[in-house]
Amino acid sequence: MSFWKRFATNRGAVIGLIILLAVVTIAILAPVIYPGGPWKMVQRPFLVPFTNEALPLGTDTLGRNVAAGLVHGARVSLLVGLVSTVMALLIGVPLGALAGFYGGYVDEGAMRFTEFFQTIPNFALAIVLVAILQPTLGSITLAIAIVSWPPVARLVRAEVMSLKRREFVEAAHLAGLSNIRILVSEVLPNAVSPIIVMASLMVATAILLESSLSFLGLGDPNIMSWGYMIGAARTVIRSAWWLSFFPGLAILLTVLALNLIGEGLNDAFNPHLKKGRT
Amino acid sequence: MNFLKTTTFLIAAGMAQPLLAQDVGGRIDIVVQPEPPSLMLGLVQNGPTQQVAGDIYESLLRYNTDLEPQPSLAKSWDISEDGLTYTFQLQEGVKWHDGEPFTSADVVFSADVFLRETHARLRSSLAYVASIEAPDDLTVVFKLREPFGPFIGIFEGGTMPMIPKHIYEGTDFANNEMNATPIGTGPFKFESWEKGSFIHLVKNEDYYLEGKPYLDEVYYRVIPDAASRAVAFETGEVDVLPGGSVENWDVPRLTEMENVCSTGKGWEFFAPHSWMWLNNREGAMADVRFRQAIMYAMDREFVRDVVWNGFGKVATGPVSSKTNFYSDDVTQYNYDPDKAKALLAEMEYDGTPIRLLPLPYGETWQRWAEAVRQNLSEVGIEVQIDATDVAGWNEKVAQWDYDMAFTYLYQYGDPALGVSRNYVESQIEKGSPWNNVEGYRNPELDAKWHTAAVSPNPDERTEIYAQIQKEIVDDVPVAWLLEIEFPTIYNCNVQDLVTTGTGISDGLRDAWIKQ
Repeated sequence: MSFWKRFATNRGAVIGLIILLAVVTIAILAPVIYPGGPWKMVQRPFLVPFTNEALPLGTDTLGRNVAAGLVHGARVSLLVGLVSTVMALLIGVPLGALAGFYGGYVDEGAMRFTEFFQTIPNFALAIVLVAILQPTLGSITLAIAIVSWPPVARLVRAEVMSLKRREFVEAAHLAGLSNIRILVSEVLPNAVSPIIVMASLMVATAILLESSLSFLGLGDPNIMSWGYMIGAARTVIRSAWWLSFFPGLAILLTVLALNLIGEGLNDAFNPHLKKGRT
Repeated sequence: MNFLKTTTFLIAAGMAQPLLAQDVGGRIDIVVQPEPPSLMLGLVQNGPTQQVAGDIYESLLRYNTDLEPQPSLAKSWDISEDGLTYTFQLQEGVKWHDGEPFTSADVVFSADVFLRETHARLRSSLAYVASIEAPDDLTVVFKLREPFGPFIGIFEGGTMPMIPKHIYEGTDFANNEMNATPIGTGPFKFESWEKGSFIHLVKNEDYYLEGKPYLDEVYYRVIPDAASRAVAFETGEVDVLPGGSVENWDVPRLTEMENVCSTGKGWEFFAPHSWMWLNNREGAMADVRFRQAIMYAMDREFVRDVVWNGFGKVATGPVSSKTNFYSDDVTQYNYDPDKAKALLAEMEYDGTPIRLLPLPYGETWQRWAEAVRQNLSEVGIEVQIDATDVAGWNEKVAQWDYDMAFTYLYQYGDPALGVSRNYVESQIEKGSPWNNVEGYRNPELDAKWHTAAVSPNPDERTEIYAQIQKEIVDDVPVAWLLEIEFPTIYNCNVQDLVTTGTGISDGLRDAWIKQ
């Protein structure tokens, strides 16, 4: 069975993929859909949704178009999610791979270092980092990456440890390949599938983290993001429900989609697991 | 020319007793927003600090809502006919919170030593003072070099708080460890400060006014989120929401509640005036056309109507229309993006992004900064909003590390007290966010500010201030925004809360709770 077929047998994963593709498309087309940007004050404030055709989701406290905010916010959420995940992988994968492959002092050192980060609650550390670095898109992405790499390192280490005792690795040793070469071309490619599954979930977590930071007022004040929209709306939540509802729904759908995709990928990469589970 | 008559005020004991008997006792919870950086009123005079420390520290006088002086630590005063000698008789039996007696030596120390060093705004008024002397323990004499019309207006709590000489003399004022446990003469004593939660003050049992204060204790509650502050008031957890402590869009909802009172009084002395500092020193901001363009680009009426719920008034210049020397005969900067664009084109603005520092006083100010950024971006000025907290804002503005920065300052009843400080060259000094932070220099106007301040003739003052306003408004040293109005919202059981022109900053002396 091909990879795609196995993926497609999971209905949820397909739905998730469709939602994600829609969000990505909207994000890419944001400047075309709302060329005025998300900050433009277009109508009277607190316009109720579905009363004005041009402004289907209403307006916020300053009369800005909520729909435009959502569309432009999608760019930020996806960008932060993606970039911080890539950064976390760039830290976590090499560290975990080296620790798992070489063992001994390397492993000890790397794992104690990882534990140092794991003992501090993720979100608290992210808040501290952003507060110190000043909230900008770059610093928020960096902070999220820094708090999310330890599980990656752990996962990769475990995978590498189990793979390095396999016969094909020993064969490579006998063939005289260098350690680095074995690690990069023999061991890691076989550890890719769990990493991909984890990465898809990390994107979702990163989006949530970014939203939480923005909600607390630690977002980049120059960038419209979903978390910012909810944070700015919470003072008026009793009089203008739609200001927090729609961005909340957007976060929910996107994170749900990513989780569904992650599950689908997991099924596709590990067909045996799926059988065993059901 | 004979209007400066010798005047003596004496308040007979008991004369001020209202007909209603006050209930004694009880506790009051008041929101303070944001949390003050310090309670040492001699070092820090921003709004939240003064709101809390105004119960701890006192000055020689207070001012009623018509801005007329009333007795406080001075029970009477006398101004000589030539307007050069001010003699104060102090109250008897006043004690500092640590039990030491309060005497005229404390007044001399506060005004001449401590505040002259730490209080830039007072320093500019003290420049008119030739000597401060204490002929006996209960008399203080201020001798002026030249007449200074508004001088009788500088004896307010946040302007000239009395600082205990026995604690501060000879120490490093800014780093004195007693700054953490302020000692004043006021109706309430500092008890404890749970950072991020509350400041607890208790009744000063030895207060010199018999029977006052009526309340047993005061909790200033720090609630960082505006919606939570509104909820805290709705649930009865706090009794008073001072002006500006809830979001403007919550005001109508709260005031419609049962047993809720609100008042716009208590701000007469301050007349809060908002503007954006424009750093005149460098880059595009040094060009007057750029500064004018900013004025034309901003839709200030929109902000008044939308962000401020219709409260307030668009500011036409440096002087608030609530004060005596206001003139509207100035260039009007109505919302006109095309004019702004034309000015920018004329000066060949290169599109360098401008940093904007919002005032970290809550969502209202954040939204306002966003509205300004949008207005400016529509005429082609790219604005980056810097995120900051109160301490960071103070630091950046005081060290001139900004391009544009929101602020609002008090007018103190007279342009010579609350306005000229932001525009004269002698007030350019790093380290304070309340002086001529923008770095505006105009020697001709400096001379006029001075003449207006020392002129003994009110008509002449009015005339000169009108000239100044006309000229300075064309220079746009700062971008004036709104004359702000802050309603105080409170539980109707709280009585006599706002009785002076400084409102709740010194209102708890007389406040009581109907049991």
